[in-house]
Amino acid sequence: MLKFTAEHEWLKLEDGVATVGITSHAAEQLGDLVFVELPEVGAELTKDGNAATVESVKAASDVYCPLDGEVTEVNQAIVDDPSIVNSDPQGKGWFFKLKLKNATDADALMDEAAYQDLIA
Amino acid sequence: MDDQTVLKTTPLHALHLSLGARMVPFAGYDMPVQYPAGVLKEHLHTRSAAGLFDVSHMGQVVIRAKSGAYEDAALALETLVPVDILGLKPGRQRYGFFTDDNGGILDDLMITNRGDHLFVVVNASCKEADLAHMQAHLTGCDVELLDDRALIALQGPRAEGALAALWPDVTSMKFMDVRDASLHDVDCIVSRSGYSGEDGFEISVPADQAEQIAKALLEDLHCQPIGLGARDSLRLEAGLCLYGNDIDTTISPIEAALEWAIQKPRRLGGARAGGFPGADRILGELANGTSRRRIGLKPEGKAPVRAHAKLYADAEGRTELGEVTSGTFGPSVEGPVAMGYVPTRFAEPGCQIFAEVRGKYLPLTVAALPFITPTYKR
Repeated sequence: MLKFTAEHEWLKLEDGVATVGITSHAAEQLGDLVFVELPEVGAELTKDGNAATVESVKAASDVYCPLDGEVTEVNQAIVDDPSIVNSDPQGKGWFFKLKLKNATDADALMDEAAYQDLIA
Repeated sequence: MDDQTVLKTTPLHALHLSLGARMVPFAGYDMPVQYPAGVLKEHLHTRSAAGLFDVSHMGQVVIRAKSGAYEDAALALETLVPVDILGLKPGRQRYGFFTDDNGGILDDLMITNRGDHLFVVVNASCKEADLAHMQAHLTGCDVELLDDRALIALQGPRAEGALAALWPDVTSMKFMDVRDASLHDVDCIVSRSGYSGEDGFEISVPADQAEQIAKALLEDLHCQPIGLGARDSLRLEAGLCLYGNDIDTTISPIEAALEWAIQKPRRLGGARAGGFPGADRILGELANGTSRRRIGLKPEGKAPVRAHAKLYADAEGRTELGEVTSGTFGPSVEGPVAMGYVPTRFAEPGCQIFAEVRGKYLPLTVAALPFITPTYKR
């Protein structure tokens, strides 16, 4: 199941674990990324708290945590090569995996159609 | 900036929109921050080929002595700027700055000897204040803002070729030369200078023919439009100051390491020593040094360290040294680059200091400026 936030993140949900990244729209708006900082594995994050930082030549931007949960895995590949986020934001450019505190929290997020309406 | 403010536009505004630019407010103008290629690619393109920048928001000003003599205009402007303007040869340009009574910097500018008058280019954000300042103090002169002209910068190793297609004589110009030029029968003023660290030109062109000239230059396959985003990363790699960030009224030219722009005739013992606002402080600092200096900074990691990051002597944030004034990721350096101010004893290249970024203290090395090797055609 794929869900979206108004902060332009996507979540792919499988067995209470969300793979989180930024949307194609967000990647395009940010421009070519040159730096990515990810949370520590094991970090307990809260909804709307700071989860990651991305930087283009021009500016730094925060990536917020979409839901409460614990970070179980991070994508070191985008730290080593931030351009992956631009070339494949909703695939190889994922940021981290989050074991959700309450799996049902995700139900309140947008589906793809609602997100497309938001950015239209 | 207040959202309600009506932004001004440059004569190239319609061209920017047609090229797909992302527009932002800058110094009261609606300006292109980037085109579809993006800041990173625009930056690299300028260093490898040629970039065309709209800098029409800057102020182009003519200073003409009422006597008609260049010398009178030069001596008048020397009362506001610590630069040898009398000794500037016709068709030559120099960098300078307006100073205030405290020895701070009111604005920086380019100054050209145009034979019987001076032509200066000032920053967009300061142009009204600069104009009022000059009109108030240059009493023997007529000071006129040329608001009917655009300014196009063409920068990079392919800039000469792109301009030569319109005006073959360009090849005989050297760095900081300024000439009248007829580009496809349009009367322009061309200088061989810029703000990128590359060889290149700034072309003053009548507003109603600016789009025609810009389009003609963009017909060169090596020439691409470049936004203000890449203009900023290019100038920072080149170690050039941005007024309002790296220099302002709280900083003296000597603290800013701009003493190279104060020629011998204006220094102590020179033929026309002093005689500009803040001369006592500035010439004193030139002789005795300053307690802080502008430096280059090379962050050791990959994280950009941006303007206003605090600088420390230690990794625990105990001894604060100063602040970063400009910082970004340098696409040509392939890493973060910054400038800032530190006490003079920390200003030696190789010195390690720390910057606070998101609660962490990141190591940086004090570095000689510029970060790239300029390719000016001397």
